[in-house]
Amino acid sequence: MTVLETMKIALEALKLNALRTALAMLGIVIGVASVIAMASISAGASKQIEDHITNLGSNLLFARPGSTMIGGRQGGSGSSLPFRESDVAAIRQSIPEVAAITGNNRTGAAVIYGNKNWQTSIQGVDAAFHEVRNWHVSEGRGLADEDVRRKAKVAVIGQTVARELFGETPPIGQRIRIKAVPFTVIGILEKKGQSGMGNDQDDTILVPISTARARLARGSSPVPDPVDFMMISVADGADMGAVQSEIEDLLMKRRHIRPGEQADFDVRNMAEFIATRTATQATLGLLLAAAAAISLIVGGIGIMNIMLVSVTERTREIGLRMAVGARERDILIQFLVEAMTLCLIGGIIGLTIGGIGAAMFARLGHWPVLLDPVFVAVGLVGSGAVGLFFGYYPARRASRLNPIEALRYE
Amino acid sequence: MTERPQGRSPVIEAKGLCRHYQQGSELIRALDGVDVTICEGEFVAVMGASGSGKSTFMNMCGALDHPTAGNIKVAGQELAEMDNDALADLRNRYVGFVFQQFNLLPRTSALNNVMLPLRYRRGLPADAEARCMHALEQVDLADRASHHPNELSGGQQQRVAIARALVNDPKLILADEPTGALDSRTTVDVMKLFQRLNEGGMTIVVVTHENEVAGYAHRNLFFRDGKIVEDTGDRAGRAAS
Ligand SMILES: Nc1ncnc2c1ncn2[C@@H]1O[C@H](COP(=O)(O)OP(=O)(O)OP(=O)(O)O)[C@@H](O)[C@H]1O
Ligand SMILES: [Mg+2]
Repeated sequence: MTVLETMKIALEALKLNALRTALAMLGIVIGVASVIAMASISAGASKQIEDHITNLGSNLLFARPGSTMIGGRQGGSGSSLPFRESDVAAIRQSIPEVAAITGNNRTGAAVIYGNKNWQTSIQGVDAAFHEVRNWHVSEGRGLADEDVRRKAKVAVIGQTVARELFGETPPIGQRIRIKAVPFTVIGILEKKGQSGMGNDQDDTILVPISTARARLARGSSPVPDPVDFMMISVADGADMGAVQSEIEDLLMKRRHIRPGEQADFDVRNMAEFIATRTATQATLGLLLAAAAAISLIVGGIGIMNIMLVSVTERTREIGLRMAVGARERDILIQFLVEAMTLCLIGGIIGLTIGGIGAAMFARLGHWPVLLDPVFVAVGLVGSGAVGLFFGYYPARRASRLNPIEALRYE
Repeated sequence: MTERPQGRSPVIEAKGLCRHYQQGSELIRALDGVDVTICEGEFVAVMGASGSGKSTFMNMCGALDHPTAGNIKVAGQELAEMDNDALADLRNRYVGFVFQQFNLLPRTSALNNVMLPLRYRRGLPADAEARCMHALEQVDLADRASHHPNELSGGQQQRVAIARALVNDPKLILADEPTGALDSRTTVDVMKLFQRLNEGGMTIVVVTHENEVAGYAHRNLFFRDGKIVEDTGDRAGRAAS
């Protein structure tokens, strides 16, 4: 008997009890669907984080005071002194591998244009920001050194802000108010999209760091020219690790910390930071997929149950097949193929549902989803394997029947 | 055996064949020491009261059941010494079995029912369909090839089962009351078919309650309480020798 014929027989048998077949398959369907959905969602997240690293540039370093975790131990407290403008200048001047550096003082504020009001994040930065982040304007002009020196009340706005505040009106040259201070819009940033953490990078406004310090800072600072954190892009081809430690050494000296003492700041490679996060996410995704795989096993038990029922019901048929010359192996294969057919159909339905579910999740939840063909293959092979594993016992039982007892079975 | 004709090899050789069932404390002796030899080309009718062990004997001959004592050879091979695959092949190629109850696969056309033994050969013959049609023609059912069992009368179903037994050109036909559900005209047709096959050299063993049916056979075996109580011997064989 060919496998195709056996499959036809199996399909006939399954069609006969359509409802029962459907119920038996449900477990597999749910199992495969959830495995596929989980894997797609978690792969999508990983992919997005990867994109984000590329987007940020793998040559980007962040320096901020008040380190969090270093080597698993709690570092300096959050109350440590901010950096100063002179720190930025020192790094720029004394480390040649630094391609560009900008300070960044970030604050949240409501922005008003006409009768529109939009809450967004305001970043006080140097003109070098555009180069550091490789993020330029699509309209108008970007921040210039001159703007920073003059503490100009100018703003470069992100696409989201432009859309929310201005709608159809061309924003360039318009006046907006940030914390009641009037700013002139000089440029619109290129669209960046979502960050790896899921926030909208285009929902931001850039102003000169000097203006931000003078006009927008809340509370007083222990230093006259505070810099909340620094973003540094390292020249192409330079050793990131070496530059990172050079910056660390320089800042240690400038902040009068002796070598070997605990630093009260933190210099990080953004790519590293994100890579850690990716690993965490991937682990989480794997866990979710494992949980889903358990439901696949539960589905397999359902298949085993239905196959045992089927073998019992068709005992006479088995007896007859044996009486006309079926070997044990023929019967074994027939029921294995039947179980696998059942699982594969369930698997295909599950793949479809899982794919649709993931796609819906992507659209409604604005979450990136990646349906890798590998998942499809794994889903199909997996459900086939479940059929093979859980179908084996019932099939073996069928093949071991005594022909005459099977024929006489009632 | 004395009545064994010259030059004919034995198809079935039973010696002290027993099949006992232990039912609770009671021991049922379905077969209780059967000694018989049936040779190639014989046409045997097996008779006896209900419950006398006829079907049990047929199942033994068809390699479907195992004796609890004694032994049986089919085609010269000791069944007890054969493994399951060899037994399956014996059932497939050597024996054509017609069961007492209709044993057709439901929801399967007559043609596919007839084809079943061919499917379990190693490799489906290229002319499988033609052979099935030929077998159905022999039982006069070629026009019902595509019908399912539930669309056939009891007698027609029985004839499909006979066609299935014939399709593999077996050396031995074992028919357990093949005419039980047939009218007298069809019964005559089936027996004439068996007669024709027997003339072609096929060994045929038929269980029956009817004397007319037994009349077609050349030898009658009478069962009572699991034993053969009368054996007419091979009349045709004797006549021939
Ligand atoms: N599986 C079994 N368990 C217990 N007893 C059985 C079993 N099979 C058959 N028997 C008994 O063996 C005896 C012989 O049965 P068998 O079927 O061979 O009779 P038979 O001669 O074919 O009768 P009939 O003409 O009614 O078909 C009967 O008494 C029956 O009850
Ligand atoms: Mg009987």
